[in-house]
Amino acid sequence: MLTFISRRLGTMLLTMLCLTLVVFFMVNLEPNLRKLSISQLDMRSSDADIEQWLVKNGYRQNFFVRYGQWLGVVQKQPNVDPATGKAVPRFSYCNEPAEPYFGGILQGNFGCSTKFKTLVANKLFPALAATGKLMFWVMATMVPISLLIGILAGMREGSRTDRTLSVASIATTATPEYVSGVIFTVIFASWLGWLNGSAASATGQGLTFYNFTLPVMTMAVYGIGYIARMTRASMVEVMTQQYIRTARLKGLSFSSVVIKHALRNALIAPFTVIMLQFPWLLTGVVIVETMFRYQGFGFTLVEAAGNNDIDLLLGCSLVSVFIVLMTQLISDIGYAYLNPRIRVQ
Amino acid sequence: MGIEYIGVFQIIVGVIGRFWPVWLALAIVLGISFFYKKKLGLYGQLFDSGVGIAGVSICFFWLFTAIFASTIAPFDPLGQVPVMKDALPGAIEPGTQNIYFFGGDKLARDVFSRMVFGSKIVLIIAPAATAFALMVGITLGLPAGYYGGRIDSILSFLANLVLAFPVILLFYLLVTPGIMDTPIPYGLAGLFFLFPIIFFLTLFYTRFKNRPDRLYVLLGLTILLGGWVYIGLVFDADPLGIVSIAPNQLNIFVAVVFASSPGVFRIVRGLVMDIKTRDYVAAAQTRGETPWYIMLWEILPNARGPLIVDACLRIGYTTILLGTLGYFGLGLAPESPDWGTAIKDASRLLRSFIHPALPPTIALMSFVLGLNLLADALREQSMKD
Repeated sequence: MLTFISRRLGTMLLTMLCLTLVVFFMVNLEPNLRKLSISQLDMRSSDADIEQWLVKNGYRQNFFVRYGQWLGVVQKQPNVDPATGKAVPRFSYCNEPAEPYFGGILQGNFGCSTKFKTLVANKLFPALAATGKLMFWVMATMVPISLLIGILAGMREGSRTDRTLSVASIATTATPEYVSGVIFTVIFASWLGWLNGSAASATGQGLTFYNFTLPVMTMAVYGIGYIARMTRASMVEVMTQQYIRTARLKGLSFSSVVIKHALRNALIAPFTVIMLQFPWLLTGVVIVETMFRYQGFGFTLVEAAGNNDIDLLLGCSLVSVFIVLMTQLISDIGYAYLNPRIRVQ
Repeated sequence: MGIEYIGVFQIIVGVIGRFWPVWLALAIVLGISFFYKKKLGLYGQLFDSGVGIAGVSICFFWLFTAIFASTIAPFDPLGQVPVMKDALPGAIEPGTQNIYFFGGDKLARDVFSRMVFGSKIVLIIAPAATAFALMVGITLGLPAGYYGGRIDSILSFLANLVLAFPVILLFYLLVTPGIMDTPIPYGLAGLFFLFPIIFFLTLFYTRFKNRPDRLYVLLGLTILLGGWVYIGLVFDADPLGIVSIAPNQLNIFVAVVFASSPGVFRIVRGLVMDIKTRDYVAAAQTRGETPWYIMLWEILPNARGPLIVDACLRIGYTTILLGTLGYFGLGLAPESPDWGTAIKDASRLLRSFIHPALPPTIALMSFVLGLNLLADALREQSMKD
């Protein structure tokens, strides 16, 4: 088991390294650098100004040197003003030591956000905390509802309940967040006026039922159908097993067979599916947070990508890739743990 | 000057009336299919279940809507009639006496016509991108599953690399306007569009290796047709000027193929690993068939069931991805009538007007629902066999 986990962690590190290299390459393409410098200077800057800004802030150094600096394996040189010969920080809002230093991800330094004019860590971690709250509520509603639907549909295959619930769960998988968000806003905010169509106040004034229900509902709906279908399939398979028949023939009631014998075995497969939902939820987070103006991770990612905020975008991609890979690892370990028939070599 | 309106009942009748070519085509196709369903194999079996009929009808509905878009839509999807700005559903346009069935949007364009024309964009890009993703996934998944070992490790690592990317981040990196100045989209397009050609060349070569008369004709045709489309799409240099694609559409196309082919790869790889242990594969190996013959002519046909189901689901998923791109204003032109862009425009103004938001959302939802129902019915049918 330990070798399995350590091998997986090794692959994870390699994947993260490759992915950040790709992201680093993409954000440092010439058009993107131009976009960044224009957003930092102003719209009417000449080509010479842009070039000078890029050289001054070290964007014209060798690609691998800069990647190494970001990573923290190559020393960052202080930015020396040629006129005075003194070291000045590249961006006034981020402190920088005056002597060469290692300051990268490995040292826990995420860099400097050019869009929000602060350290990346100051922006990224509060945003992650905000998204964590959203995720928590989404999971807290989505998982029980979808498991319930799946179990109800799967315990009597082919019954009317099964058909109705199956079609309903197919319908929810056909409504991505930007569709259900619009429909729910129209119904609950515009027509009925029960809920707030914006979650912007949730950041400052705290979560309330009034401002937070719509985002949670919108995100949960898309996931419910998929988990419910997987649970149903797993339940259907379990219900055809010999031990279920034995339990029935012993004279146990149907409900006790379902609860005591079927449920535990039927919930192994959905566990994996729920863990693997996280990558999907990440995309959902971006859509929902943009739609309902909630200042979380997704909102930060969109802002960073829209303005080519290099360090922030790299931080965002590092975090999201970490979440995706971590959930994959947990789902694999958990699956082996839950299912005694599977043993990891 | 006031704008006159028609009632709700007249709107419903009017909309149903505008779709007349669709109803006609739908009646003909479904009638024929239903009549000959015994002879139509898997497709015919779909008509045995309610879910199947619903799925097929919805998919054909949008297919015919896309085909007859210019007949159905009363207005130009980009045309603006200033008086009709934010007009409510059922407003009569004073100039032509035509009706804005679902009202006008904030730029005074007809919401109904935009929805109809939007289907055209979605129904061209989504299935085509899915087809390319399938080609890439199959061509790489077959050897990975069949040979295993190092090829498998490398290809799986690459697939997991792409899958570990959150889709939205991938799109923000791949589909920005600036990236069209770099050779990246063209390079990726050149790589992806090569796969169908390689696939068909190998397919024909392995089968007709000993029958030169058929082989050369098929190989020649593949190279000719494939090369023609390839030159047209990647270099935009079709000598006949028929095949061409706007640069931003190429970019979207590439991004969508890039995002969805690893999924296909994983499915194909899994299927191949399962099927290669069967007896008929061992028999073919004993006969001394080449590995690629076994992969393409023994394993692939036996993996078709799950692949067809997956393709249906994947077209739906690609439609959702396209909508996501539109929603974030990536790639597609800002005035483009596709559903995602329309949803984005309308959702910003939900507080004041809700009518421009509903037609594109319902259109997108119903099309994806149709595909999902179709996939579900296909899965049921293939399980019966």
